Amino acid sequence: MSTFTLNINGSQHEVHADPTTPLLWVLRDHLDLVGTKYGCGIAQCGACTVHLNGTAVRACQLPVASVGTSKITTIEGLSESGDHPVQKAWLAHDVPQCGYCQAGQIMSAAALLENNPNPSDEDIDAAMRGNLCRCGTYTRIKKAIKTAANS
Amino acid sequence: MTQKKLTMKVAKTRIGRRSFIKSSVLSGGGMMLGFNWLMSCDMTSTQVKALPKEWFEINGFLKIGENGLVTIMSPNPEIGQNVKTSMPMLVAEELDVDWNDVLVEQAPLNTNLYKRQLAGGSQSIRQGWESLRMAGATAKAMLIQAAAETWGVPTNEIQAEKGILTHSISGKKAGFGTMAAKAAQLEVPEEVTLKNTEDFSIIGTSRKNVDGSKIVTGKPLYGLDYKQDNMLIAMIVHPPAFGMRLKSMDEKEVLSMPGIKNVFKMKTHLEDYALGAFDNDAFNEVAVVVGSSTWEVMQAKNRLKVDWELAPASLKEMDFFGRKMNVETPAGLESTEDHQKTLTTKLQQKAKVVRQDGNPDAVFKKAAKVIERSYTCPFLAHNTLEPMNFFADVTEERALLVGPIQTPEIMESSVSKRLKMPKEKIDIQMTRMGGGFGRRLYGHFLTEAAVISQEMQQPVKLIYTREDDMTQGTYRPSYSVLYRAALDENNNLIAFHVRAGGIPESPLSANRFPAGAVDHYKAEEWTQASNITVGAFRAPRSNFIAGAEQSFLDEVAEAAGKDPIDFRLELLERAQKNPVGENNDYEADRYAGVLKLVKEKSNWNEKKSDVHRGTAAYFCHNSYVANVLDIVLENGKAVVEKVYCAIDCGIVVNPDAATNLAEGGIVDGIGHAMYSAITFKDGVPEQNNFDKYRLIRHDEAPRNIEIHFVENDIHPTGLGEPPFPPIMGAMANALYRATGKRHYNQPFITDKDLIG
Repeated sequence: MSTFTLNINGSQHEVHADPTTPLLWVLRDHLDLVGTKYGCGIAQCGACTVHLNGTAVRACQLPVASVGTSKITTIEGLSESGDHPVQKAWLAHDVPQCGYCQAGQIMSAAALLENNPNPSDEDIDAAMRGNLCRCGTYTRIKKAIKTAANS
Repeated sequence: MTQKKLTMKVAKTRIGRRSFIKSSVLSGGGMMLGFNWLMSCDMTSTQVKALPKEWFEINGFLKIGENGLVTIMSPNPEIGQNVKTSMPMLVAEELDVDWNDVLVEQAPLNTNLYKRQLAGGSQSIRQGWESLRMAGATAKAMLIQAAAETWGVPTNEIQAEKGILTHSISGKKAGFGTMAAKAAQLEVPEEVTLKNTEDFSIIGTSRKNVDGSKIVTGKPLYGLDYKQDNMLIAMIVHPPAFGMRLKSMDEKEVLSMPGIKNVFKMKTHLEDYALGAFDNDAFNEVAVVVGSSTWEVMQAKNRLKVDWELAPASLKEMDFFGRKMNVETPAGLESTEDHQKTLTTKLQQKAKVVRQDGNPDAVFKKAAKVIERSYTCPFLAHNTLEPMNFFADVTEERALLVGPIQTPEIMESSVSKRLKMPKEKIDIQMTRMGGGFGRRLYGHFLTEAAVISQEMQQPVKLIYTREDDMTQGTYRPSYSVLYRAALDENNNLIAFHVRAGGIPESPLSANRFPAGAVDHYKAEEWTQASNITVGAFRAPRSNFIAGAEQSFLDEVAEAAGKDPIDFRLELLERAQKNPVGENNDYEADRYAGVLKLVKEKSNWNEKKSDVHRGTAAYFCHNSYVANVLDIVLENGKAVVEKVYCAIDCGIVVNPDAATNLAEGGIVDGIGHAMYSAITFKDGVPEQNNFDKYRLIRHDEAPRNIEIHFVENDIHPTGLGEPPFPPIMGAMANALYRATGKRHYNQPFITDKDLIG
């Protein structure tokens, strides 16, 4: 067990955990930030996507000990009141079905648009390929990303 | 077109009448919870500000606040089919409340109040259509009655609209909230007037997912998010192969690992229990690891030393809702290689004839042309993105069970027997589910969580890892089918033969099209037992046979030199005008209706040289779906450029959400036909996570999907399942047009020369 001070969603959080614990379980079990989802544990589904200094990463493969002073943003911290352009676009297109993967999809999309404000279809496919949606909302997600890009 | 018009206007409130009585009178299994972690996060800040000081319960479906806000209970489990929005829409329609003033809550299991709290068979809206509207209509009648008594005017002079009661003669007006206290004291009316379809103002209009803002902001909604004070985390270790069982374990090392509280063996069901239809469980005895946090338990579970042994064959009594039968589970370690031999050889042997019209054997002998093809598909894992999990807090006095379950009522019986606790003491709460697809009909994980909590005497959340989930069983069966068609010298279809089967179930629906459209018809089926467990998977049976049948009909049409849509329409015209046999389970005119609609919307007759089109149509779960799928070749790779889809599911309650569900069904269908399989070597599943089990991804989805609903006044039928099966056939047929190669074995991607 070790103590870590993590910068999550703009504030400092002290966590007492085994250094190998993936950030995913620190967020969910220790900090009650359950918007970041568990889907596979091997970085194949994207449900646990968070931002590490603005880059989309899979929290299930990020040991807490490796986070250091990096800035972590989770779905809960993406915007103050759910009004990030990507969140608004998701609501405008009523994207979710079961909704379980959508936090991860939104985090991947937000990171994409941060670095590439006008992505092509190919850019979107490349950035989003790592996020599975078992309900098959892919076509709506693409539309929502384009709406967010244009907003 | 057949129009089953909504002629009923005045309806007796006998159907589901108990639902219209206040839940506080009939609350039974603990309708009210002291503290619910999910509910505490349920409201947005604006909603909290607007919350009324007092709620008045009108009936089990709704309560009205003094400020006019209405809470509507959504009775059925939400698995992504959006019933948590569409079922309350039915109540709100007849209540005549402003949808903006509606809050929705997921109802817990309450068999006193609600009927059929189940997500399965695409039945939620179809079965709730009457009772949910009546719940709204009776409440409105009671509000009008309250206003009539208050104002001293006759009820028939009062109008209700958007939450306002108006007596236009006197100019009196009152919000629902003002009359709610008085209405709550009134008797439930004997009969109520339901609206005509043309008067609907909520049904048939697109309303946003009521959980949308919570989903996009990451609020706790799912079973895996549920938490209570003092809660432990539990995981199971099940045998690595089907056909094996737990022999012994050595827990010493693991017990000393950090955070680990207990390690023990558990039997999900006791020996003398007759398994029910949804108690499906390949591994009755498992090892359990319980600890403080998920990561600690995961580490310990991976280190646990367990010895396994071959399980003997067994003959178990099962109880299918009172129908007792003995079910055989063979011994042995099965492999896909052997399964494939079975699938092929069984198709060459006579099987059990389940329908025969005319004299097909004789007609095949004199046919001008005979086309014969066979098709296979693998087992599939449901792979809901939220793995199986459940929360349980079992004490001597009561059991609180919270999580994702499609069959809460059925599982209540099951867990009651296992805990030896009367149902009245068991409270099952349903969370939003991270996918269902049939997997969460089988609630062994709920029972397991309850047994673990009982053992630990502490609240526990049981979590399956992805690997546990994918290798546990409850798969879509592996099927095969052989089709034969006989054409005469004028290329008329004169005989049709289908022989289908599977491990361990058959996919055949013998009375479906083209039964009824051909004079000489034979349907046979076979099954072979297996120790690999199976369960309902989105559109059971249809999820294979629709694609196979529609691929075959495409080849028959080609052999007959006919357009594939016109060929089907010709057969459906025969089935409509002069049907063969009496048990055909489809309406030929509605079937033809979706084909005609998709033909028109896709401009089918307009051929483009660089667009390769496939078509398919199917009827299942009471609804009709037809597709046209367009493939373009880019750098030698087949890309699905567009899918046109026509659907007849009667009245569409929430069009945009229904469109979303249909789009998802199409993506899901293409994905499973193209990419997915679970295979076995010596009983071991060869895929245990998404690195080996391939699901469709963003870049493989169609670029555009266009959904068209047939407009009619037919009572709504199912939509969760019907869009899924036929697209597999449309995909195969379009691939053939694009590449010249037919695909007979799913997943198509295993045909190496396929798609560049």
